[in-house]
Amino acid sequence: MIYREAGDFKTSYVDDSQTFPIRFDRYGYYAALVVAFAIVPFVINDYWVNAVVLPFLIYAIAAIGLNILTGYCGQVSLGTGGFMAVGAYACYKLMTAFPDVSIIIHVILSGAITAAVGVLFGLPSLRIKGFYLAVATLAAQFFLVWLFNRVPWFYNYSASGQISAPEREVFGVAITGAETAPWAAYLFCLVFTVLSALIARNLTRGMVGRKWMAIRDMDIAAEIIGVNPLRAKLSAFAISSFFVGVSGALFFAVYLGAVEVGEAFGINKSFLVLFMVIIGGLGSIFGSFAGAAFLVILPVFLKIALADHAAVSPVSNALATLCLAIFGVALLLFLAHLVLRVFGRRLWKDLGALCGIVALIAFFAYALLSGGLGWPTDIVAHVQLIIVGALIIVFLVAEPHGLAQLWRVAKEKLRLWPFPH
Amino acid sequence: MPEQLIWGMEVFVNGLMAGVLYALVALGFVLIFKASGIFNYAQGVMALFAALTLVGIMEGQVPFSHLINAVFGTEIHHFGWHVPAFLAIIFTMLVMIALAWAVNRFIFRHLVNQEPIILFMATIGLAYFLEGVGDVMWGSDIKKLDVGLPQGINLTIDEFTFNLFEYGFFIDNLDLWAALVAALLVIALVIFAQYSKQGRAMRAVADDHQAALSVGISLNFIWVMVWSLAGFVALVAGIMWGTKSGVQFSLSLIALKALPVLMLGGFTSIPGAIVGGLIIGVGEKLFEFIMSSDALAGQWFGFTISATENWFAYVLALLFLVFRPQGLFGEKIIERV
Repeated sequence: MIYREAGDFKTSYVDDSQTFPIRFDRYGYYAALVVAFAIVPFVINDYWVNAVVLPFLIYAIAAIGLNILTGYCGQVSLGTGGFMAVGAYACYKLMTAFPDVSIIIHVILSGAITAAVGVLFGLPSLRIKGFYLAVATLAAQFFLVWLFNRVPWFYNYSASGQISAPEREVFGVAITGAETAPWAAYLFCLVFTVLSALIARNLTRGMVGRKWMAIRDMDIAAEIIGVNPLRAKLSAFAISSFFVGVSGALFFAVYLGAVEVGEAFGINKSFLVLFMVIIGGLGSIFGSFAGAAFLVILPVFLKIALADHAAVSPVSNALATLCLAIFGVALLLFLAHLVLRVFGRRLWKDLGALCGIVALIAFFAYALLSGGLGWPTDIVAHVQLIIVGALIIVFLVAEPHGLAQLWRVAKEKLRLWPFPH
Repeated sequence: MPEQLIWGMEVFVNGLMAGVLYALVALGFVLIFKASGIFNYAQGVMALFAALTLVGIMEGQVPFSHLINAVFGTEIHHFGWHVPAFLAIIFTMLVMIALAWAVNRFIFRHLVNQEPIILFMATIGLAYFLEGVGDVMWGSDIKKLDVGLPQGINLTIDEFTFNLFEYGFFIDNLDLWAALVAALLVIALVIFAQYSKQGRAMRAVADDHQAALSVGISLNFIWVMVWSLAGFVALVAGIMWGTKSGVQFSLSLIALKALPVLMLGGFTSIPGAIVGGLIIGVGEKLFEFIMSSDALAGQWFGFTISATENWFAYVLALLFLVFRPQGLFGEKIIERV
């Protein structure tokens, strides 16, 4: 009923090969776009834009970029932070050198410059692959960050070594600088995100994307059937770097406004984007969005649940106590299960997973209902490291295709429901 | 003799010493890679974790005390005893063996037959996890580690070089000890791999998993053993680096220094790790010395640059890889890209 192809007949090849062939799906995406463009700008406030929405949109572009390289073409890159820095500094130099040109053009040009740099650092991929290449891209990361830190020309000889975005307008509305309205920054980034997703989706559906996937799946076979590995790999590096560069430019100009390169574009940024791609789903545009959303919301959520502390009503306090009790019982069962498993016995099948999940949910419900636990922020930061690390491992072990695959499976089930097969 | 040359020689010797420390971390990588084909990014964090645990045990710190204090509002920090260094090292080794078991049991047993790059990303996840656990367990403040290794300038070398060049070299005693320990470690590892039963089994597993299985070698045991050995190497590296610059987060970044060492030396070669470490250590120190000196780079090129140590190793390794993808001593795998 909710998600069916029944009655959704295609009468032409164009219909059959469109991006979202299922009508319900298509209308769902249209609806999401309408909400994002026509409703959200009116209800959004400063906190949400800066804490969640802007980083989500910008990281989504970076994740799409990395996903093209890593997920579609199979070349793992740890240099994303460095390439974002190229985008940011290119945008800064363009903005200060040509103040009269529209910032839209600047952002696109920064993407193009990053693409050129990406191709340069992608050249070794013709000789080396796998984690040799992953390590080689670290060279790009460290070298680029050092370059922007040490060569004064890049930050216009400013005393602090920082770059800060001058005020620029689009159609008379401030986009960068202190005067920017939340909705303007949001809409500006949204346009870029939607266009990036559209372009990436269509590239990966077409001939270029199929070449990338052939290289990813088996490079020798791809070469035999006529894919030029040089062109396929370098085009993946170029296009991926283009998106990463655009996201770096937006990250600097619209989101942060002022940037210090080692802090904003360090090696951790590379890993963050890589994690978005892994958790979201390798080789999926939707996965890039899911991963970006997840890793942007996780710290905010953990801060609210663990670090903050607010007074709450007696009702929710009572509910919190109930959750705590559930958490205790589930945790005990989970530990008992674990101990038995070590000795090669089981209480009953799947108990461990079930109790573990229940314990986790109950714990966070308790944390939220009691208005936050008020832990010191450094512990919360470390807990976040633990969670992200554990999630990476869990996803790689249990579901290598990430959140996108879970979503796909859920859709398959919906299509068949109520039948099991 | 021109003073630039004498300084250069001092830099060279110091580079050798730094290279030994890089090689020490790189050894851990090589061990795991040889026996299981896993490129262990977490090696640096394992060194940090080992050093943290060692300090924690020596100081009698209560594990997870920060978390316990935050949850229950208590004020506990120390048990109130001090453990002698030797005993603490043994306890830490037990912790590292437990870690090796857990890593094998919960992660890599499930990832058999996956592509190397997936395993690599899993170790990145492991690195994050371990770093978080280490910080929550022992606190993230900078700690001093002192297991009784001598530190400070070596007076004999200072005197000797002063008589020779009228300029005393500054060589840290700790670096000399690290070089000695690294040499002993390599000898021990080579003897172990060549002559002991377990060592031969380890090499058999490295050569061919399936064949090793079919002659009755337990893969699980070998992997736990190898990860424990890597934990031991990490502990040694952690002690050396921790004594040198304090036990703190930046310790885990030495893994990033060990990566180019490996690319240069080849992922599967213990001598490669040593030679690569020395080349990188000497190379980056000399490059920094030359490029930041007014009298050298300033006169030759007309400009000087500094802080090149961040990227020099990588760019060197990258250029090297383009011409010799298997590294100096790596096995040549015939495969067209």
